[in-house]
Amino acid sequence: MIEAFDLTKRYGEKVAVDGLSFVVQPGVVTGFLGPNGAGKSTTMRMLLGLDRPTSGTATINGRGYDELRAPLCEVGALLEARAVHTGRSARNHLLALAATHGIGRRRVDEVLDLVGLTHVAGKRAGGFSLGMGQRLGIASALLGDPHTLILDEPVNGLDPEGILWIRTLLRSLAAEGRTVFVSSHLMSEMALTATHLIVVGQGRLIADASVAELTAASGQKVVRVRTEEAPRLRDLLAADGVSVTSTERDLLLVTGLTSAEVGRVAADARIALVELVAQQPSLEEAFMELTRDAVEFGTPMEEVAS
Amino acid sequence: MTAVAEAAPAHLGVTQVRAIDSEWIKFRSLRSTWWSIGVALLISIGLGVLFSYLRGYDIAHHGGFEPDQTELSLRGFYLAQLAVGVLGVLFITGEYSTGMIRATLSAVPKRVPVWVAKIVVFAAVIFLITLIAAFIAFLSGQAVLSGYHVHGAFLSAKGGIAFTTDPGVGARHSLGVSISYPGAVRAIFGAALYMVGVGLLGLGCGFLVRNAGGAIAALFGLLLVLPLLAQALPASLQEHVSKYLPLLAGTAGMTTQRVPDRLAPWAGLGVFALYVVAALGAGLYVLRRRDA
Repeated sequence: MIEAFDLTKRYGEKVAVDGLSFVVQPGVVTGFLGPNGAGKSTTMRMLLGLDRPTSGTATINGRGYDELRAPLCEVGALLEARAVHTGRSARNHLLALAATHGIGRRRVDEVLDLVGLTHVAGKRAGGFSLGMGQRLGIASALLGDPHTLILDEPVNGLDPEGILWIRTLLRSLAAEGRTVFVSSHLMSEMALTATHLIVVGQGRLIADASVAELTAASGQKVVRVRTEEAPRLRDLLAADGVSVTSTERDLLLVTGLTSAEVGRVAADARIALVELVAQQPSLEEAFMELTRDAVEFGTPMEEVAS
Repeated sequence: MTAVAEAAPAHLGVTQVRAIDSEWIKFRSLRSTWWSIGVALLISIGLGVLFSYLRGYDIAHHGGFEPDQTELSLRGFYLAQLAVGVLGVLFITGEYSTGMIRATLSAVPKRVPVWVAKIVVFAAVIFLITLIAAFIAFLSGQAVLSGYHVHGAFLSAKGGIAFTTDPGVGARHSLGVSISYPGAVRAIFGAALYMVGVGLLGLGCGFLVRNAGGAIAALFGLLLVLPLLAQALPASLQEHVSKYLPLLAGTAGMTTQRVPDRLAPWAGLGVFALYVVAALGAGLYVLRRRDA
Protein backbone atom coordinates (compact mmCIF):
# COMPACT_ATOMS: atom_id res chain seq x y z
CA MET A 1 0.00 0.00 0.00
CA ILE A 2 1.28 3.45 -0.97
CA GLU A 3 0.20 6.47 1.01
CA ALA A 4 0.86 10.10 0.23
CA PHE A 5 -0.16 12.71 2.75
CA ASP A 6 -0.21 16.41 1.91
CA LEU A 7 2.77 15.87 -0.37
CA THR A 8 4.22 19.14 -1.64
CA LYS A 9 7.26 19.92 -3.77
CA ARG A 10 8.39 23.42 -4.62
CA TYR A 11 11.22 24.38 -6.93
CA GLY A 12 11.79 27.98 -5.97
CA GLU A 13 8.60 29.82 -6.91
CA LYS A 14 7.17 26.96 -8.92
CA VAL A 15 4.94 24.44 -7.17
CA ALA A 16 5.30 21.05 -8.88
CA VAL A 17 3.20 19.06 -6.41
CA ASP A 18 0.68 20.84 -4.25
CA GLY A 19 -0.71 19.16 -1.13
CA LEU A 20 -1.32 15.80 -2.77
CA SER A 21 -2.93 13.07 -0.62
CA PHE A 22 -3.94 9.64 -1.85
CA VAL A 23 -3.81 5.95 -1.04
CA VAL A 24 -2.93 3.24 -3.54
CA GLN A 25 -4.49 -0.11 -2.64
CA PRO A 26 -3.04 -3.53 -3.37
CA GLY A 27 -4.72 -5.99 -5.70
CA VAL A 28 -5.63 -3.62 -8.51
CA VAL A 29 -3.82 -1.52 -11.07
CA THR A 30 -4.06 2.11 -10.06
CA GLY A 31 -3.52 4.64 -12.80
CA PHE A 32 -1.81 7.94 -12.05
CA LEU A 33 -3.10 10.26 -14.66
CA GLY A 34 -2.52 13.83 -15.63
CA PRO A 35 -1.29 15.98 -18.50
CA ASN A 36 2.45 16.38 -19.01
CA GLY A 37 3.91 18.57 -16.28
CA ALA A 38 1.14 17.75 -13.80
CA GLY A 39 3.67 16.55 -11.23
CA LYS A 40 3.36 12.78 -11.74
CA SER A 41 7.06 12.05 -12.10
CA THR A 42 7.96 14.35 -9.22
CA THR A 43 5.43 12.56 -7.02
CA MET A 44 6.87 9.16 -7.95
CA ARG A 45 10.41 10.38 -7.29
CA MET A 46 9.31 11.52 -3.84
CA LEU A 47 7.72 8.11 -3.19
CA LEU A 48 11.12 6.57 -3.98
CA GLY A 49 13.06 8.95 -1.78
CA LEU A 50 14.95 10.41 -4.75
CA ASP A 51 13.44 13.85 -4.23
CA ARG A 52 12.84 15.26 -0.80
CA PRO A 53 9.31 16.65 -0.32
CA THR A 54 9.12 20.31 0.64
CA SER A 55 6.44 19.17 3.08
CA GLY A 56 4.17 16.19 3.62
CA THR A 57 5.02 12.50 3.71
CA ALA A 58 5.07 9.51 1.41
CA THR A 59 5.10 5.98 2.80
CA ILE A 60 5.21 2.46 1.48
CA ASN A 61 3.52 -0.09 3.74
CA GLY A 62 3.60 2.53 6.47
CA ARG A 63 7.27 3.40 6.27
CA GLY A 64 9.32 5.99 4.41
CA TYR A 65 11.19 4.55 1.44
CA ASP A 66 14.60 5.27 2.96
CA GLU A 67 13.65 3.34 6.08
CA LEU A 68 13.10 0.11 4.14
CA ARG A 69 15.62 -2.60 4.97
CA ALA A 70 15.34 -4.22 1.57
CA PRO A 71 13.78 -1.60 -0.73
CA LEU A 72 14.13 -3.63 -3.94
CA CYS A 73 12.24 -6.50 -2.32
CA GLU A 74 9.40 -4.22 -1.27
CA VAL A 75 9.16 -1.70 -4.09
CA GLY A 76 10.06 -2.12 -7.74
CA ALA A 77 10.38 1.06 -9.72
CA LEU A 78 10.61 2.06 -13.34
CA LEU A 79 11.29 5.73 -13.85
CA GLU A 80 10.49 7.66 -16.96
CA ALA A 81 14.03 8.65 -17.80
CA ARG A 82 16.29 5.65 -18.25
CA ALA A 83 18.20 4.62 -15.16
CA VAL A 84 20.85 2.42 -16.77
CA HIS A 85 24.53 3.10 -17.46
CA THR A 86 24.85 2.94 -21.24
CA GLY A 87 28.29 1.32 -21.09
CA ARG A 88 27.23 -1.68 -19.01
CA SER A 89 25.59 -4.89 -20.21
CA ALA A 90 22.04 -5.69 -19.18
CA ARG A 91 23.19 -8.64 -17.07
CA ASN A 92 25.89 -6.66 -15.26
CA HIS A 93 23.42 -3.85 -14.63
CA LEU A 94 21.05 -6.29 -12.95
CA LEU A 95 23.88 -8.10 -11.14
CA ALA A 96 25.07 -4.80 -9.64
CA LEU A 97 21.57 -3.95 -8.42
CA ALA A 98 21.00 -7.48 -7.13
CA ALA A 99 24.31 -7.41 -5.24
CA THR A 100 23.12 -4.53 -3.02
CA HIS A 101 20.49 -6.86 -1.55
CA GLY A 102 22.27 -10.18 -1.72
CA ILE A 103 19.93 -11.33 -4.49
CA GLY A 104 21.45 -14.24 -6.36
CA ARG A 105 22.55 -14.66 -9.96
CA ARG A 106 19.72 -17.11 -10.60
CA ARG A 107 17.09 -14.45 -9.97
CA VAL A 108 18.91 -12.13 -12.42
CA ASP A 109 18.67 -14.79 -15.13
CA GLU A 110 15.03 -15.35 -14.19
CA VAL A 111 14.00 -11.72 -14.69
CA LEU A 112 16.04 -11.48 -17.90
CA ASP A 113 14.08 -14.43 -19.15
CA LEU A 114 10.79 -12.99 -17.93
CA VAL A 115 11.23 -9.79 -19.94
CA GLY A 116 12.71 -11.60 -22.91
CA LEU A 117 16.20 -10.11 -22.85
CA THR A 118 18.22 -13.28 -22.28
CA HIS A 119 19.65 -13.30 -25.81
CA VAL A 120 21.00 -9.72 -25.49
CA ALA A 121 21.94 -9.87 -21.79
CA GLY A 122 25.65 -9.54 -22.59
CA LYS A 123 25.22 -6.55 -24.87
CA ARG A 124 25.78 -2.99 -23.72
CA ALA A 125 22.56 -1.27 -22.71
CA GLY A 126 23.53 1.84 -24.67
CA GLY A 127 22.75 -0.02 -27.88
CA PHE A 128 19.27 -1.05 -26.77
CA SER A 129 16.16 0.19 -28.52
CA LEU A 130 13.63 2.14 -26.48
CA GLY A 131 11.54 -1.00 -26.08
CA MET A 132 14.48 -3.12 -24.92
CA GLY A 133 15.49 -0.36 -22.49
CA GLN A 134 11.97 -0.36 -21.11
CA ARG A 135 12.09 -4.15 -20.71
CA LEU A 136 15.38 -3.86 -18.85
CA GLY A 137 13.74 -1.27 -16.60
CA ILE A 138 10.91 -3.69 -15.88
CA ALA A 139 13.44 -6.43 -15.16
CA SER A 140 15.14 -4.15 -12.60
CA ALA A 141 11.77 -3.40 -11.03
CA LEU A 142 10.91 -7.10 -10.69
CA LEU A 143 14.37 -8.12 -9.46
CA GLY A 144 13.47 -8.25 -5.77
CA ASP A 145 10.01 -9.76 -6.39
CA PRO A 146 8.48 -6.68 -4.74
CA HIS A 147 4.98 -6.33 -3.40
CA THR A 148 4.65 -2.79 -4.70
CA LEU A 149 5.39 -1.55 -8.20
CA ILE A 150 5.78 2.09 -9.16
CA LEU A 151 6.03 2.56 -12.91
CA ASP A 152 6.37 5.89 -14.65
CA GLU A 153 4.98 5.82 -18.19
CA PRO A 154 5.88 2.16 -18.80
CA VAL A 155 4.35 1.96 -22.28
CA ASN A 156 6.19 5.03 -23.56
CA GLY A 157 7.96 4.24 -26.79
CA LEU A 158 6.88 0.62 -26.92
CA ASP A 159 5.60 -1.06 -30.06
CA PRO A 160 2.08 -2.56 -30.01
CA GLU A 161 3.42 -5.96 -29.00
CA GLY A 162 5.34 -4.41 -26.11
CA ILE A 163 2.33 -2.40 -24.98
CA LEU A 164 0.17 -5.52 -24.92
CA TRP A 165 2.90 -7.31 -22.97
CA ILE A 166 3.03 -4.55 -20.34
CA ARG A 167 -0.77 -4.44 -19.98
CA THR A 168 -0.95 -8.17 -19.43
CA LEU A 169 1.99 -8.11 -17.04
CA LEU A 170 0.54 -5.28 -14.95
CA ARG A 171 -2.84 -6.97 -14.62
CA SER A 172 -1.30 -10.29 -13.68
CA LEU A 173 0.92 -8.60 -11.08
CA ALA A 174 -2.11 -6.90 -9.55
CA ALA A 175 -4.06 -10.16 -9.66
CA GLU A 176 -1.31 -11.72 -7.52
CA GLY A 177 -2.23 -9.18 -4.85
CA ARG A 178 0.48 -6.63 -5.53
CA THR A 179 0.11 -2.87 -5.40
CA VAL A 180 0.59 -1.55 -8.93
CA PHE A 181 0.85 2.20 -9.44
CA VAL A 182 1.27 3.29 -13.05
CA SER A 183 1.50 6.80 -14.40
CA SER A 184 0.43 7.88 -17.83
CA HIS A 185 -0.67 10.97 -19.68
CA LEU A 186 -2.81 8.83 -21.96
CA MET A 187 -6.33 8.24 -20.72
CA SER A 188 -6.99 5.63 -23.37
CA GLU A 189 -4.08 3.55 -22.09
CA MET A 190 -5.29 3.75 -18.50
CA ALA A 191 -8.82 2.84 -19.57
CA LEU A 192 -7.43 -0.49 -20.73
CA THR A 193 -5.16 -1.31 -17.78
CA ALA A 194 -6.30 0.47 -14.66
CA THR A 195 -9.19 -0.25 -12.32
CA HIS A 196 -8.70 2.78 -10.14
CA LEU A 197 -7.54 6.24 -11.13
CA ILE A 198 -5.81 9.08 -9.37
CA VAL A 199 -6.03 12.15 -11.57
CA VAL A 200 -3.78 15.18 -11.04
CA GLY A 201 -3.48 18.51 -12.73
CA GLN A 202 -1.05 21.30 -11.86
CA GLY A 203 0.23 19.24 -8.96
CA ARG A 204 -3.17 18.97 -7.32
CA LEU A 205 -5.53 16.06 -6.87
CA ILE A 206 -8.47 16.26 -9.26
CA ALA A 207 -10.07 12.88 -8.85
CA ASP A 208 -9.51 9.68 -6.90
CA ALA A 209 -12.08 7.15 -8.06
CA SER A 210 -12.62 3.95 -9.96
CA VAL A 211 -12.62 4.05 -13.74
CA ALA A 212 -16.35 3.16 -13.72
CA GLU A 213 -17.22 5.96 -11.29
CA LEU A 214 -15.27 8.49 -13.31
CA THR A 215 -17.00 7.70 -16.58
CA ALA A 216 -20.42 7.63 -14.92
CA ALA A 217 -19.91 10.91 -13.12
CA SER A 218 -18.54 12.86 -15.99
CA GLY A 219 -21.10 15.00 -17.76
CA GLN A 220 -24.33 14.00 -19.39
CA LYS A 221 -25.13 11.01 -21.43
CA VAL A 222 -25.80 11.62 -25.08
CA VAL A 223 -28.28 9.70 -27.20
CA ARG A 224 -27.42 9.36 -30.88
CA VAL A 225 -30.40 9.11 -33.20
CA ARG A 226 -30.22 8.65 -36.95
CA THR A 227 -33.40 8.99 -39.01
CA GLU A 228 -34.58 10.17 -42.44
CA GLU A 229 -37.05 12.49 -40.66
CA ALA A 230 -34.57 14.26 -38.42
CA PRO A 231 -36.20 17.73 -38.56
CA ARG A 232 -39.63 16.32 -37.55
CA LEU A 233 -38.22 14.28 -34.66
CA ARG A 234 -36.23 17.28 -33.51
CA ASP A 235 -39.42 19.34 -33.14
CA LEU A 236 -41.16 16.50 -31.27
CA LEU A 237 -38.27 16.10 -28.79
CA ALA A 238 -37.98 19.79 -28.00
CA ALA A 239 -38.87 20.42 -24.38
CA ASP A 240 -37.46 22.01 -21.22
CA GLY A 241 -34.20 20.38 -20.14
CA VAL A 242 -33.71 18.70 -23.47
CA SER A 243 -31.18 19.88 -25.98
CA VAL A 244 -30.78 18.55 -29.47
CA THR A 245 -27.81 19.24 -31.68
CA SER A 246 -27.05 18.05 -35.14
CA THR A 247 -23.82 17.63 -37.03
CA GLU A 248 -25.21 15.77 -40.02
CA ARG A 249 -28.43 16.10 -41.95
CA ASP A 250 -29.95 12.85 -40.65
CA LEU A 251 -28.24 12.74 -37.23
CA LEU A 252 -29.42 14.12 -33.89
CA LEU A 253 -27.51 14.19 -30.61
CA VAL A 254 -29.95 14.39 -27.73
CA THR A 255 -29.15 15.19 -24.14
CA GLY A 256 -31.67 15.19 -21.31
CA LEU A 257 -33.58 12.09 -22.42
CA THR A 258 -32.82 8.41 -22.20
CA SER A 259 -32.65 6.29 -25.33
CA ALA A 260 -35.92 4.59 -24.25
CA GLU A 261 -37.70 7.93 -24.07
CA VAL A 262 -36.40 9.00 -27.47
CA GLY A 263 -37.48 5.64 -28.92
CA ARG A 264 -41.02 6.02 -27.55
CA VAL A 265 -41.46 9.52 -28.97
CA ALA A 266 -40.30 8.25 -32.37
CA ALA A 267 -42.60 5.21 -32.22
CA ASP A 268 -45.63 7.31 -31.26
CA ALA A 269 -45.00 9.58 -34.25
CA ARG A 270 -44.37 6.54 -36.51
CA ILE A 271 -40.87 7.79 -37.39
CA ALA A 272 -38.53 5.05 -38.61
CA LEU A 273 -35.16 5.11 -36.86
CA VAL A 274 -31.99 3.94 -38.57
CA GLU A 275 -29.88 4.11 -35.42
CA LEU A 276 -30.51 4.69 -31.71
CA VAL A 277 -27.47 4.58 -29.39
CA ALA A 278 -26.93 5.69 -25.81
CA GLN A 279 -23.38 6.99 -25.86
CA GLN A 280 -21.17 6.63 -22.79
CA PRO A 281 -18.90 9.61 -22.59
CA SER A 282 -15.39 8.30 -23.16
CA LEU A 283 -12.87 8.30 -20.35
CA GLU A 284 -10.83 10.61 -22.54
CA GLU A 285 -13.62 13.20 -22.46
CA ALA A 286 -14.01 12.78 -18.71
CA PHE A 287 -10.30 13.38 -18.34
CA MET A 288 -10.29 16.48 -20.53
CA GLU A 289 -13.18 17.91 -18.59
CA LEU A 290 -11.51 17.28 -15.24
CA THR A 291 -8.12 18.66 -16.17
CA ARG A 292 -9.55 21.69 -17.97
CA ASP A 293 -11.05 22.80 -14.67
CA ALA A 294 -7.72 22.37 -12.95
CA VAL A 295 -6.05 24.58 -15.52
CA GLU A 296 -8.71 27.26 -15.13
CA PHE A 297 -8.42 27.36 -11.38
CA GLY A 298 -4.64 27.27 -11.55
CA THR A 299 -3.99 30.58 -13.28
CA PRO A 300 -5.04 33.50 -11.02
CA MET A 301 -1.69 33.50 -9.15
CA GLU A 302 0.17 34.33 -12.36
CA GLU A 303 -2.17 37.17 -13.18
CA VAL A 304 -1.48 38.77 -9.82
CA ALA A 305 2.25 38.38 -10.35
CA SER A 306 2.23 40.13 -13.74
CA MET B 1 -5.35 -11.17 -1.74
CA THR B 2 -1.98 -11.95 -0.24
CA ALA B 3 -0.53 -14.38 -2.71
CA VAL B 4 2.63 -12.32 -2.37
CA ALA B 5 4.28 -11.67 0.97
CA GLU B 6 4.42 -8.02 2.04
CA ALA B 7 7.68 -8.30 3.93
CA ALA B 8 10.96 -8.98 2.21
CA PRO B 9 12.71 -12.31 2.89
CA ALA B 10 14.88 -11.95 5.97
CA HIS B 11 18.16 -12.88 4.29
CA LEU B 12 17.82 -10.13 1.69
CA GLY B 13 18.57 -6.49 2.35
CA VAL B 14 21.10 -3.71 2.02
CA THR B 15 24.35 -3.93 3.97
CA GLN B 16 27.59 -1.97 3.61
CA VAL B 17 29.43 -5.08 2.40
CA ARG B 18 26.78 -5.72 -0.26
CA ALA B 19 26.95 -2.08 -1.36
CA ILE B 20 30.70 -2.53 -1.82
CA ASP B 21 30.12 -5.73 -3.79
CA SER B 22 27.70 -3.86 -6.04
CA GLU B 23 30.12 -0.98 -6.65
CA TRP B 24 32.86 -3.46 -7.47
CA ILE B 25 30.62 -5.07 -10.11
CA LYS B 26 29.85 -1.61 -11.52
CA PHE B 27 33.50 -0.58 -11.51
CA ARG B 28 34.81 -3.62 -13.31
CA SER B 29 31.94 -3.98 -15.79
CA LEU B 30 32.73 -0.78 -17.68
CA ARG B 31 35.21 -0.83 -20.52
CA SER B 32 36.23 2.76 -19.75
CA THR B 33 37.58 1.64 -16.35
CA TRP B 34 40.11 -0.67 -17.93
CA TRP B 35 40.99 1.80 -20.65
CA SER B 36 41.80 4.44 -18.04
CA ILE B 37 43.81 2.01 -15.94
CA GLY B 38 45.64 0.73 -19.04
CA VAL B 39 46.55 4.26 -20.06
CA ALA B 40 47.67 5.10 -16.52
CA LEU B 41 49.91 1.99 -16.43
CA LEU B 42 51.38 2.71 -19.84
CA ILE B 43 52.13 6.33 -19.01
CA SER B 44 53.47 5.76 -15.50
CA ILE B 45 55.83 2.95 -16.46
CA GLY B 46 56.61 4.06 -20.02
CA LEU B 47 57.35 7.67 -19.19
CA GLY B 48 59.36 6.62 -16.13
CA VAL B 49 61.62 4.55 -18.33
CA LEU B 50 61.80 7.26 -20.98
CA PHE B 51 62.71 9.97 -18.47
CA SER B 52 65.33 7.72 -16.89
CA TYR B 53 66.83 7.00 -20.29
CA LEU B 54 66.93 10.65 -21.41
CA ARG B 55 68.20 12.08 -18.13
CA GLY B 56 70.66 9.22 -17.62
CA TYR B 57 72.09 9.71 -21.10
CA ASP B 58 72.44 13.44 -20.57
CA ILE B 59 74.08 13.18 -17.16
CA ALA B 60 76.45 10.42 -18.23
CA HIS B 61 77.67 12.51 -21.15
CA HIS B 62 77.54 16.04 -19.86
CA GLY B 63 77.31 15.73 -16.11
CA GLY B 64 74.54 17.48 -14.30
CA PHE B 65 72.23 17.73 -11.43
CA GLU B 66 69.53 15.28 -10.53
CA PRO B 67 67.71 15.82 -7.28
CA ASP B 68 66.33 12.37 -6.88
CA GLN B 69 66.84 9.26 -9.01
CA THR B 70 63.94 7.46 -7.34
CA GLU B 71 61.59 10.29 -8.13
CA LEU B 72 62.98 10.42 -11.66
CA SER B 73 61.84 6.88 -12.36
CA LEU B 74 58.41 7.70 -10.89
CA ARG B 75 57.95 10.88 -12.89
CA GLY B 76 55.46 9.22 -15.25
CA PHE B 77 52.91 9.40 -12.44
CA TYR B 78 52.75 13.18 -12.88
CA LEU B 79 50.99 12.52 -16.17
CA ALA B 80 49.28 9.26 -15.18
CA GLN B 81 47.48 11.13 -12.42
CA LEU B 82 45.28 12.73 -15.08
CA ALA B 83 43.94 9.35 -16.21
CA VAL B 84 43.41 8.22 -12.61
CA GLY B 85 41.73 11.50 -11.68
CA VAL B 86 39.36 11.31 -14.63
CA LEU B 87 38.53 7.70 -13.72
CA GLY B 88 37.60 8.88 -10.22
CA VAL B 89 35.40 11.63 -11.64
CA LEU B 90 33.64 9.27 -14.07
CA PHE B 91 32.98 6.64 -11.40
CA ILE B 92 30.23 8.88 -10.08
CA THR B 93 29.42 11.39 -12.84
CA GLY B 94 28.82 8.51 -15.27
CA GLU B 95 25.89 7.56 -13.06
CA TYR B 96 24.44 11.05 -13.15
CA SER B 97 24.84 11.48 -16.92
CA THR B 98 23.18 8.16 -17.74
CA GLY B 99 20.49 8.19 -15.04
CA MET B 100 22.02 5.12 -13.37
CA ILE B 101 22.19 7.09 -10.12
CA ARG B 102 18.41 6.77 -9.76
CA ALA B 103 18.67 2.98 -9.91
CA THR B 104 21.60 3.06 -7.50
CA LEU B 105 19.83 5.25 -4.94
CA SER B 106 16.55 3.36 -5.30
CA ALA B 107 18.46 0.24 -4.29
CA VAL B 108 20.40 1.98 -1.50
CA PRO B 109 18.15 4.85 -0.41
CA LYS B 110 20.23 5.77 2.65
CA ARG B 111 22.91 6.93 0.18
CA VAL B 112 25.84 6.96 2.62
CA PRO B 113 26.71 3.29 1.91
CA VAL B 114 27.02 4.17 -1.79
CA TRP B 115 29.53 6.90 -0.96
CA VAL B 116 31.52 4.60 1.32
CA ALA B 117 31.42 1.74 -1.21
CA LYS B 118 32.68 3.87 -4.07
CA ILE B 119 35.58 5.14 -1.97
CA VAL B 120 36.52 1.66 -0.74
CA VAL B 121 36.37 0.02 -4.18
CA PHE B 122 38.20 2.82 -5.94
CA ALA B 123 40.90 3.18 -3.29
CA ALA B 124 41.55 -0.56 -3.02
CA VAL B 125 41.78 -1.21 -6.76
CA ILE B 126 43.80 1.89 -7.63
CA PHE B 127 46.17 1.38 -4.70
CA LEU B 128 46.91 -2.18 -5.71
CA ILE B 129 47.37 -1.43 -9.39
CA THR B 130 49.41 1.76 -9.02
CA LEU B 131 51.58 0.14 -6.34
CA ILE B 132 52.51 -2.60 -8.79
CA ALA B 133 53.00 0.03 -11.48
CA ALA B 134 55.24 2.07 -9.17
CA PHE B 135 57.42 -0.97 -8.39
CA ILE B 136 57.74 -1.76 -12.09
CA ALA B 137 58.44 1.89 -12.94
CA PHE B 138 61.09 2.11 -10.22
CA LEU B 139 62.80 -1.18 -11.06
CA SER B 140 62.81 -0.63 -14.82
CA GLY B 141 63.78 3.03 -14.47
CA GLN B 142 66.67 2.19 -12.18
CA ALA B 143 67.69 -0.65 -14.50
CA VAL B 144 67.95 1.91 -17.29
CA LEU B 145 69.88 4.36 -15.05
CA SER B 146 72.26 1.58 -14.01
CA GLY B 147 73.45 1.49 -17.58
CA TYR B 148 74.91 4.97 -17.14
CA HIS B 149 77.99 5.71 -15.08
CA VAL B 150 79.25 8.88 -13.55
CA HIS B 151 82.15 10.06 -11.48
CA GLY B 152 81.72 11.70 -8.19
CA ALA B 153 78.51 12.69 -6.67
CA PHE B 154 78.17 15.37 -4.12
CA LEU B 155 75.21 16.86 -2.38
CA SER B 156 74.49 20.27 -3.72
CA ALA B 157 73.67 23.19 -1.52
CA LYS B 158 70.08 23.16 -2.74
CA GLY B 159 69.69 19.54 -1.75
CA GLY B 160 69.85 16.81 -4.37
CA ILE B 161 72.87 15.27 -5.96
CA ALA B 162 75.18 16.74 -8.58
CA PHE B 163 77.16 14.45 -10.87
CA THR B 164 80.23 15.03 -12.92
CA THR B 165 81.80 13.17 -15.82
CA ASP B 166 85.28 14.29 -14.74
CA PRO B 167 87.27 11.05 -14.10
CA GLY B 168 89.46 12.90 -11.63
CA VAL B 169 86.63 13.34 -9.17
CA GLY B 170 85.74 10.34 -7.06
CA ALA B 171 85.14 6.76 -8.12
CA ARG B 172 83.16 5.67 -11.15
CA HIS B 173 79.74 4.35 -10.21
CA SER B 174 76.34 3.63 -11.68
CA LEU B 175 73.59 6.24 -11.76
CA GLY B 176 70.85 3.83 -10.68
CA VAL B 177 69.89 3.09 -7.09
CA SER B 178 68.62 -0.15 -5.62
CA ILE B 179 65.34 -0.82 -3.87
CA SER B 180 67.21 -0.72 -0.55
CA TYR B 181 68.14 2.90 -1.16
CA PRO B 182 66.87 4.95 1.81
CA GLY B 183 63.33 6.11 1.16
CA ALA B 184 62.93 4.24 -2.13
CA VAL B 185 60.22 1.87 -0.92
CA ARG B 186 58.47 4.68 0.86
CA ALA B 187 58.51 6.75 -2.35
CA ILE B 188 57.00 3.83 -4.26
CA PHE B 189 54.20 3.53 -1.71
CA GLY B 190 53.94 7.30 -1.77
CA ALA B 191 53.35 7.26 -5.51
CA ALA B 192 50.53 4.73 -5.10
CA LEU B 193 48.99 6.70 -2.23
CA TYR B 194 49.20 9.89 -4.24
CA MET B 195 47.42 8.20 -7.16
CA VAL B 196 44.66 6.99 -4.84
CA GLY B 197 44.38 10.51 -3.45
CA VAL B 198 44.10 12.11 -6.89
CA GLY B 199 41.40 9.62 -7.89
CA LEU B 200 39.46 10.22 -4.68
CA LEU B 201 39.83 13.97 -5.16
CA GLY B 202 38.22 13.45 -8.57
CA LEU B 203 35.51 11.27 -7.01
CA GLY B 204 34.80 13.97 -4.43
CA CYS B 205 34.59 16.65 -7.13
CA GLY B 206 32.26 14.33 -9.08
CA PHE B 207 29.92 13.87 -6.10
CA LEU B 208 29.99 17.63 -5.61
CA VAL B 209 29.47 18.85 -9.18
CA ARG B 210 27.66 15.79 -10.64
CA ASN B 211 28.83 16.41 -14.17
CA ALA B 212 32.03 15.16 -15.74
CA GLY B 213 33.11 18.38 -17.43
CA GLY B 214 32.71 20.50 -14.33
CA ALA B 215 34.31 17.96 -12.03
CA ILE B 216 37.35 17.43 -14.29
CA ALA B 217 37.79 21.19 -14.57
CA ALA B 218 37.63 21.49 -10.78
CA LEU B 219 40.12 18.64 -10.30
CA PHE B 220 42.66 19.96 -12.78
CA GLY B 221 42.13 23.43 -11.44
CA LEU B 222 43.09 22.24 -7.97
CA LEU B 223 46.06 20.20 -9.15
CA LEU B 224 47.50 22.20 -12.02
CA VAL B 225 46.11 25.73 -12.02
CA LEU B 226 46.53 26.52 -8.32
CA PRO B 227 50.35 26.23 -8.47
CA LEU B 228 50.36 28.60 -11.45
CA LEU B 229 48.20 31.10 -9.60
CA ALA B 230 50.50 30.87 -6.60
CA GLN B 231 53.32 32.14 -8.79
CA ALA B 232 51.54 35.48 -8.87
CA LEU B 233 52.17 35.84 -5.13
CA PRO B 234 55.17 37.81 -3.82
CA ALA B 235 58.22 35.53 -3.66
CA SER B 236 58.41 35.76 0.13
CA LEU B 237 54.87 34.46 0.45
CA GLN B 238 55.09 32.00 -2.43
CA GLU B 239 57.54 29.60 -0.78
CA HIS B 240 55.26 29.36 2.25
CA VAL B 241 52.11 28.76 0.21
CA SER B 242 53.24 26.66 -2.76
CA LYS B 243 54.36 23.63 -0.83
CA TYR B 244 50.93 23.27 0.74
CA LEU B 245 49.10 23.17 -2.60
CA PRO B 246 47.75 19.73 -3.55
CA LEU B 247 50.18 18.81 -6.32
CA LEU B 248 53.39 19.80 -4.55
CA ALA B 249 52.24 18.48 -1.19
CA GLY B 250 51.06 15.13 -2.57
CA THR B 251 54.03 14.48 -4.83
CA ALA B 252 56.40 15.15 -1.92
CA GLY B 253 55.46 11.57 -1.02
CA MET B 254 57.31 10.32 -4.11
CA THR B 255 60.66 11.86 -3.16
CA THR B 256 63.63 10.49 -1.22
CA GLN B 257 65.61 13.72 -0.86
CA ARG B 258 64.58 16.59 1.34
CA VAL B 259 64.24 19.76 -0.67
CA PRO B 260 63.87 22.99 1.32
CA ASP B 261 60.80 24.31 -0.49
CA ARG B 262 58.93 20.98 -0.31
CA LEU B 263 57.25 19.32 2.66
CA ALA B 264 58.63 16.06 4.05
CA PRO B 265 57.10 12.98 2.33
CA TRP B 266 54.60 11.98 5.00
CA ALA B 267 53.77 15.57 5.91
CA GLY B 268 53.11 16.27 2.23
CA LEU B 269 50.85 13.25 1.87
CA GLY B 270 49.09 14.26 5.07
CA VAL B 271 48.36 17.75 3.76
CA PHE B 272 47.20 16.26 0.46
CA ALA B 273 44.89 13.90 2.36
CA LEU B 274 43.19 16.94 3.90
CA TYR B 275 42.22 18.18 0.43
CA VAL B 276 40.88 14.72 -0.41
CA VAL B 277 38.87 14.50 2.80
CA ALA B 278 37.46 17.99 2.24
CA ALA B 279 36.36 17.16 -1.33
CA LEU B 280 34.80 13.82 -0.32
CA GLY B 281 33.11 15.43 2.68
CA ALA B 282 31.58 18.16 0.53
CA GLY B 283 30.52 15.47 -1.94
CA LEU B 284 28.82 13.49 0.82
CA TYR B 285 26.95 16.58 1.98
CA VAL B 286 25.62 17.20 -1.54
CA LEU B 287 24.75 13.52 -2.04
CA ARG B 288 22.71 13.44 1.15
CA ARG B 289 21.02 16.81 0.82
CA ARG B 290 20.23 17.28 -2.82
CA ASP B 291 17.54 15.59 -4.91
CA ALA B 292 18.97 12.85 -7.08
